[in-house]
Formats: sequence, C-alpha cells, structure tokens
Amino acid sequence: MAATFKGGFHIRDRKELTNEKQTVRLPDCDMHIYPMRQHIGAPLKALVSVGDKVKVGQKIADSGEFVSAPVHSSVSGTVTDIKPYFHDSGSMVEAIFVENDKEYTVSDDVCPKDYKSMNHDELLSVIREAGIVGMGGAGFPTHVKLSPKQKVDYIIVNGAECEPYITSDHRYMLENADDIIYGLKVAMKVLDLKDGYIGVELNKRNGIEAVKASKEYGENIHIIELKTKYPQGAEKQLIKAITGRNVPAGGLPADAGAVVINVATAVAIANAFKTGLPAIEKNVTVSGDAVKNPSVFRVRTGVPVSFLIEQAGGFANAPEKIISGGPMMGISQYNIDYPVTKTTSSVLTITKAEKTYDPDAPCIRCGRCVDHCPMRLMPMKLVQASKKDDVDMAQKYNVLECIECGLCSYICPANKNLLQFIRMIKPEVMKKVREEKNNGK
Amino acid sequence: MENNLIMSSSPHIHTNSTTQKIMLDVIIALLPAAVAGGLLFGIYSTIVLASAVISAVLAEWIFEKLLKKRNTTGDLSAVVTGLLLGLNMPPRIPIWMVCVGSAFAIVIVKQMFGGLGKNFVNPALAARCFMLIAWTGAMTSFQTPFDAVTTATPLAIMKSGAEGTMPSLMQCFVGMKAGTIGETSAIALIIGFIYLLARRVVSIKIPLAYIASFAALTFLFGKDAFDAQYLAYQLLTGGLLLGAFFMATDYTTTPTTHLGMIIFGIGCGVLTFLIRRFGGYPEGVSFSILLMNLAAPLIERYTVPKSFGNRGGARK
Repeated sequence: MAATFKGGFHIRDRKELTNEKQTVRLPDCDMHIYPMRQHIGAPLKALVSVGDKVKVGQKIADSGEFVSAPVHSSVSGTVTDIKPYFHDSGSMVEAIFVENDKEYTVSDDVCPKDYKSMNHDELLSVIREAGIVGMGGAGFPTHVKLSPKQKVDYIIVNGAECEPYITSDHRYMLENADDIIYGLKVAMKVLDLKDGYIGVELNKRNGIEAVKASKEYGENIHIIELKTKYPQGAEKQLIKAITGRNVPAGGLPADAGAVVINVATAVAIANAFKTGLPAIEKNVTVSGDAVKNPSVFRVRTGVPVSFLIEQAGGFANAPEKIISGGPMMGISQYNIDYPVTKTTSSVLTITKAEKTYDPDAPCIRCGRCVDHCPMRLMPMKLVQASKKDDVDMAQKYNVLECIECGLCSYICPANKNLLQFIRMIKPEVMKKVREEKNNGK
Repeated sequence: MENNLIMSSSPHIHTNSTTQKIMLDVIIALLPAAVAGGLLFGIYSTIVLASAVISAVLAEWIFEKLLKKRNTTGDLSAVVTGLLLGLNMPPRIPIWMVCVGSAFAIVIVKQMFGGLGKNFVNPALAARCFMLIAWTGAMTSFQTPFDAVTTATPLAIMKSGAEGTMPSLMQCFVGMKAGTIGETSAIALIIGFIYLLARRVVSIKIPLAYIASFAALTFLFGKDAFDAQYLAYQLLTGGLLLGAFFMATDYTTTPTTHLGMIIFGIGCGVLTFLIRRFGGYPEGVSFSILLMNLAAPLIERYTVPKSFGNRGGARK
C-alpha cells in the first residue's frame, strides 16, 4: 500500500506531455536578469555595480541576516543595469542585469568541497553561501530549514511532484539520481541522522527505479512510494504520509520532528559540494497546450521566460493564460518577460483558460470540499465567513490552517472558487491574532 | 505578442463535474424505479411521474420569470424534485393533485427560501407530507400491481391487520406489492443506488446508518422481535429504501461532515422505527427524514471535524 494522507483528490496530471523527454540544455542567452528577491527572508543588497565584470558562480547580492540567501550570477559577463523589473510574484523587484559574454568563466571561489570532513557549522555555511532555498517554489532558505530548534527524527526529500503538468523533479530523478541522494546525505549529516527518506508518487515508477539504481543508494536511504493524489507533495501531507505525524496548527515541520527538502534543493546541495557551484541552474518544465514543443529545460537562472518559450518551439496558439508554477497553486502572469529564478519550477501556457468562478451558481452543499480538504477544514464554512466578513467564524473554522492548495476550488461542482474567498478573510484573521498577541504582552 | 493574458487567482484548472451533471446522475439513478413503477402500475403511473416532473420545472420557470430571477431550470434540480415526488405518489392519484404538490415543493419549500441549496427541508418530502394532510384519502389509496385491486400496503397489514393478502418476500423484492409508484421495487432502487455510489455522487454513510439502526431496533424491539422474516418485510416494504437511498442523501438538507452523516442516518432510523412501531401511521420514513432535516444544521455545527493541525500526534 502506498503511503498517503486522508483527503485529497487525484487530478488528471497531464505529465505525459514532458515526462518521457530528455532534459534540454539551453543555447546561450544574451541577457540574464537576477531579481534580488528569490527567497523568503531579509532583503538583499547588490554587491556589484553597473559596469562590473562578473563570473559564473560569483555572489552578486547578499544580506548580513541569517534568514536570507545570496544570489549568484549564472554566466560571466558585464553588469549593465540594476533596476526594478518584472518578477513572477506580480510586483516589480530590483534586479541585476548581466550581459552574457558566452565564455562562462567560472569564479575563483568555486571549488569542490568534501562534506564528510566538515562539521555542522561549516556544512550550513556552504549551503548558505551557495544561495540554496526551497527550489520547489517556496524559496525558504535551506540552511535555516536545516537548523531546527529541536532535535528532529526525519529528513525527507520531497519527490511527490503532485502538481499537474510539472515533471522537473521527475527528470531529476531519472537523470540526477546520484545528486539527489548525495544532497540528502549532506542534509542527514547536518541533522545528525542515520536514515534519510525520499517520498515519490507512484506515477513516477521509473523515477523510483532510477533512484534505487543509483550508486549512492544504500540501506539507510528509504524510498517511500506515495499514492498519486493532490496535494501529496504539500509539506504537512507528505510528513503525515511518511511518518504518520501531524504538524500542529501554526507549527513548523520540525515540531513534528521532520525536515523536508525538495528534490531540486537536494540536487543544488549536491552541486554546492561536488562542483562548488551555487544554485544557478535548475530544471524548468515548459508545458501546456499553447507551446509547440513542451519540454523540460536545464536552465541557468536569470533567463527570461520568453526565451524559454522560443526554445519550446514558440506558441502554437495564442495563450489565454501563462502560469508560473503548477495549475493548482501557480501564479498567473501578465507577460512573458519575467526571468527564471531559483524558485521557478515551471511555466504553463494555456490556450483556453478554464472558467474557475461562476458567481451565479449556488452552493448545493454537496460536501466535496469538506470531504477532500487535506487539512480537514470545512471550506464552504470559511467562504460563508468570508462573505459575511466574520473574522471570529473564520477563526473558529481554523482558516489559518488552510494551505491554499486550491483543491476545494478545483472540486466544487458549482464552481465557487472557494480559495479566493478564503484568501480574502485570511489576512484579517491574521491581523486579529497579531493584535491579540500584542495586547497580551 | 498581442497580450490578452487572463489574470486570476489560483487554481487555474477546474473539475468537469457540475451541479447539472450531478443532478443528471441522480435522474439516471431514479430511472430503474420509475420504469419499474410504470411496468407494475401501468401507463397512468407514468403519466403521474411525467406530470410531476413537468409541473415542477414549470413552477420553477414561472416563479423565476415573475420575480425576474435568473432561470435555473437548466441545473435539473427541479426535475429531480419532480421525479422524487412522483415516485412517492400512489399509482392512481388525480393528476391535478400531483401538479399542486409539485408547485408546492418548488415554490413554497425551495424557491421561497432562496432556491437550490437554501431550502431547509427536502422539497419532495415536504410536498408529500403536505399532500398527505390535504388529501389523506387519495394519498393512502393503494392498488396491487397489474390488476389494480385496491388493497392496503403490506406495512398497514402488518401494523393493524388491515384487509389484504401479504405478498411473499420475493414479490416484495421485485415490487409485486401495493405501494407508491417508486417504492415497491427494491431491486430497481438498489440498482439505482449502486449507480449513485459508483459515480461517487453520494456516500454510503447516511443510508447505511439509517437502514442498520432501523434494522437493529426492529429486530430487538419490533412487534415481532427476533423474527428475521418480520425484519425482512419491514426493510423491503414501505418507503425505507427509496427514502434512505435518495431522500436522506439529499445534499442540501443533510450534514456535510462524516460524523454528522452517521448521526443523521441513525436519527432517521430511530425515528422511522418509533413511528412504525408506536405511531399512528404505518409508515414513518417521510416524517423521520423531514425531522432530521430540521436537525441537520445543528448536527453539522457539533460535528465539525478536528482540523489536521489540531488532531495531536506531532510526536510519537
């Protein structure tokens, strides 16, 4: 029996568009753009100025704070501009423009490191200096994740990849299985754990085989087969499936004794030690029915998405929607000029945008949202609260536990887009909680 | 590139399930019972069903026209209400009564409270009870299948020893007994219900809790306690299966929580037993479900599931 959690729903995954195809390396791109916000945490300051020469792997932005991660140049060349530019979050973010000299001269700081001879603090420092963040999309600095306040029992590599269309992690498993396990072993050493876990959804059987066939694989590496079900890759659901533990409300995975890192993150960690290169490369799935040739690309960060779409054969049809990330949790974009960052896992192009909200259809109380909510909430009650602007009711129904997976909206036969209403009331509840906390002090 | 990109909040894809498709599934699931009713009680019973459906749809259309509201007949929920009401009618009921009943279900019970999803009791059941009170004679006059000899229902015979011959259990199972158009053929109802389960339109929780609790009470405390044959008759006759499968599983008027569904089902079972055993009526399914409909919001409020993060078990 494949491990899983209660709730969730199998969504047609459409991964067949790209999962059989070898990862494609991109040709040279003239201009690379590096937004100075590719992580969650303290803002960065540019370490270079216009006119400076930079090399591959050179740090170009950093902050003195612990909860932050530096940004590196993925090419060698000249800094031509530093100005606000498009970012897939939708807002304009200060970005460093580097003109690619196509030499790919590697920075002198880049050198292989032997993780086995390093101590805990040295390991964390390498991971931080490599700018590694949650590459699945969250962007939380990995060295912070690997420094939990309490002792943990599990380190889990998240290979669920439950979002439809995306096959970036799947291709990593097939092509970089050694790196995944290598990265996991580094994380195990940091956390002082003997065993490591990799959770993979069963729609990637050949991925599981590839990881098991890796020369790094051993009996202390446990590959857990997960039921193919959305949102199996959500952190809390993954921990539940593998350890049986529930992360408490408002708590972190470490409160349940677990740390989860993404497959792409594990690969980035492996690179930081094996070659010394920081997080400047990653798999990006370009898929959907609007591009001619959906593919997974191995991308140097900073490449504009328009370049990726060109490489995927350009548009077969005019897209109605461009999404950064998966179709369930991704962010719709208003242009294709934004650059690939460390957290970009996919670009989806959709010819005919599906109708995701019907203002007229009434809720028929079918209870599907309650049945399938992975957080065991009652989404339709949260919508009621949101419509009435009733903060207390939303709080009573645990609105802050919502992980915004979007399953309730997806599954609603009346097409109510429940998540949108939940998002509207959530900040108000947060505000109330914060005020209560402040008054208590 | 000409930029016509649509911006919206995630998720960006949607299931192809719609309210209309769900209602269509319910209609399909009710068809075996409707066909069985037509075969058993003749063409007139089919006319009863048709007029119940047509008048329900018409009532909804006219009401929304008059109030200048959006026409919602396309969601097929009025068809379901009409069909359910029709299946609850005695085979020889005058057509005009059926039409009034349908209009009552749609206008008074459903639309007056805001339409689909807002009614607090099952419209078809409420209309049936209204008709039972308004035209008791017509609503309690039953015939045997095929030869249409007026007779009492098996439940009435069992309860008060009314005039009539008891059908065999097998006859009850296929539908060779007196009763409403849709309730007599157990096999047709079971086929329809299996379809609903297979299509995942309803969960088995409510019907199972309903029938199991009713069966347990009847077996232990029925008129003929510990008599398996009496129990079988109680289960196969009357509106129990029709009610448990298709009325007690109505989305709008039942709890959405899992525990709530089980409590709701048990409540229906207990009430049906009490009415059939100690009440004045031989049949209690309609009243039981209606009463539990009223309790549904309360049940739901007290059975809110513990959220993922509040279930404990962070460290083992």
